[in-house]
Amino acid sequence: MNGACTAAEAHCEYVLRLADTSLVAGQRLAEWLGHGPTLEEDLALANIALDLFGQARLLLTLAGRIEGCARDEDALAFGRDAAEFRNVALAEQPNGDFAQTIVRQVMLDAWQLETYSSLVASADTELAAIAQKAVKECRYHWRYSSGWLVRLGDGTGESHRRASAALQALWRFTDELRVADELDARMAACGIGPEPAVVNARWQERLAGVLEAARLTVPAHQHYPWHGKRGVHTEALTHLLATLQYLPRLYPGVSW
Amino acid sequence: MTEDWVLYEVFIRARAGLEHKHVGSLHAADARMAIEHARDIYTRRQEGVSIWVVRSNDIHAADPAEAAALFDPAGDKIYRHPTFYSIPEEVKNI
Amino acid sequence: MYTQALDAQPGAAGADDAEQQARLARFQERIDRDEKIEPTDWMPEQYRHMLIRQIAQHAHSEIVGMLPEGNWITRAPSLRRKVVLIAKVQDEGGHGLYLYSAAETLGVTRAALIEQLLAGQARYSSIFNYPTLTWADIGAIGWLVDGAAIMNQIPLCRCSYGPYARAMVRICKEESFHQRQGYELMLTLARGSAAQRAMAQDAFARWWRPALMMFGPSDAHSVHTAQSMRWKIKRFSNDELRQKFIDATVPQAHFLGLSIPDPELRWDAASQHFQTGPIDWGEFEAVLRGDGPCNRERLAARREAHEAGAWVRAAAVAYAEKHPEHAPAASVG
Ligand SMILES: [Fe+2]
Ligand SMILES: [Fe+2]
Repeated sequence: MNGACTAAEAHCEYVLRLADTSLVAGQRLAEWLGHGPTLEEDLALANIALDLFGQARLLLTLAGRIEGCARDEDALAFGRDAAEFRNVALAEQPNGDFAQTIVRQVMLDAWQLETYSSLVASADTELAAIAQKAVKECRYHWRYSSGWLVRLGDGTGESHRRASAALQALWRFTDELRVADELDARMAACGIGPEPAVVNARWQERLAGVLEAARLTVPAHQHYPWHGKRGVHTEALTHLLATLQYLPRLYPGVSW
Repeated sequence: MTEDWVLYEVFIRARAGLEHKHVGSLHAADARMAIEHARDIYTRRQEGVSIWVVRSNDIHAADPAEAAALFDPAGDKIYRHPTFYSIPEEVKNI
Repeated sequence: MYTQALDAQPGAAGADDAEQQARLARFQERIDRDEKIEPTDWMPEQYRHMLIRQIAQHAHSEIVGMLPEGNWITRAPSLRRKVVLIAKVQDEGGHGLYLYSAAETLGVTRAALIEQLLAGQARYSSIFNYPTLTWADIGAIGWLVDGAAIMNQIPLCRCSYGPYARAMVRICKEESFHQRQGYELMLTLARGSAAQRAMAQDAFARWWRPALMMFGPSDAHSVHTAQSMRWKIKRFSNDELRQKFIDATVPQAHFLGLSIPDPELRWDAASQHFQTGPIDWGEFEAVLRGDGPCNRERLAARREAHEAGAWVRAAAVAYAEKHPEHAPAASVG
């Protein structure tokens, strides 16, 4: 984010960070439907995906309004390429095994929960209203994913190994959840976004608690400056979008 | 083959003020999970405001072979019902 | 229907001694009085077996049925369509769960039923062995497949076995949006671009006959229909339901501007019904046997999910055994 961009551009970009993170995470979780370890888990993961798509739709609509170019939720979801997506890269990481999905969700759920808990007081009243709804959903997502992480970490030798491997593999993507950039600072300064230091401290506390209960060790912080929230993504996002956007790209300009 | 998780029976309170009602069953490894699954399976359309889960094995049922002995004797105690008593039309509020 | 394969299989032997005959007669009287049979009540073994097989086939159909539609969740062309499809496929998973629950009240475990499915020993509706090749297939499935399913399931709400009937009541309530979303999707395509209209017509052409086969073989070849109807496990014959479906669906197709892929289709004024050309029962038998276009892929997908989930299920059990105290009490009150 450079200081030259207008307040509206910055505001829009910030909302897109939240919107795209929910959208991309929802898309990943929806891939589980029909393939989960139990039928009950299929239903649970689908519920979380539905919450995330619900958040994404509200937030994309809000971003479109702030942008003022008449782009609706679908124009934004289906009409942008990877470099224009502002989700944190953690959200786009493939499901892998159930442990990888759960570890990803634990880190993401904690971040969303702390972010939305702060955003209920946002100076952007529309964003605050969305946060009010999202925070309840995220609380349940956290309950679900943290419960599972503890079962996996403290379950069998195999489940512990898998959870621990997933944690090692994904930890670098938490860098951008914790390191505030200029846009985060600017949003906090104008009262739209939360105070990054507060969110970060609460996030760390949450993670430390659940990892301890799961008998997993908190990995050392890994510097990883390729931040999805600035549009720098992993290869995984391009494939995710190729699937997500296939129809509207093949048949542009029609309604579905 | 993999064994099932424990079978739980699920009871849902539809609204504050109503009793919990049996809605079905599900499998879960522990009670916390059973409540979460009950929420995801049986309250997707706001069917409830409260959930009970009970291990199916912990439910004891009356033996249907004893149904006659258990329930039929109440059949002739019609004096337990208000309609057993005749009160003249003109008497009000009773 | 979802239990169409039952009609093609031979039944078990009946009872012979006098005592047994008397119990059977009393059982039949209860059914005739429209009393519900509950899990702990006495029931003929054949009734139990027919029910287990019917409910299991129905449950398996719901679960396998998640796959063809699930195939398009990641590619739904709008966010609205995407949440609708997720909620719909999720419902089907729920239906499978309700039905496995109902089957478990008859003394089988869900694990055993799933084991049979994965071993290729159980049957499920032929319809889910057809591929979903375009987005319009999602519309065609909701409209035709769920439409046919609803037609079959509504009478099952009055099935004689209590837990099955109650599961069906819940399922029917949830089903009501499935067909409507499918038809709405088709309507959007039918009113859309030429490419979208072609997509809709192609999907309809591929799903129409498999949908008619969902009701199972014609009554003349259906072994179990008579006994099932006497016990009120089944309430209408295959042919009656199929005709009802055809009569309801043909005008809906016309409204969409779709042509019915059946040159022999005609309105019969005398009977006040649409008459269709012959159904290819050879294809139906082949698909049921396992030789349909996607049988192998469907079962492979279920097996893969089951096997890949084994360590997860084991971990949860291990954790629960280590921490019995961690399971919070249900909030009473
Ligand atoms: Fe269903
Ligand atoms: Fe359905």
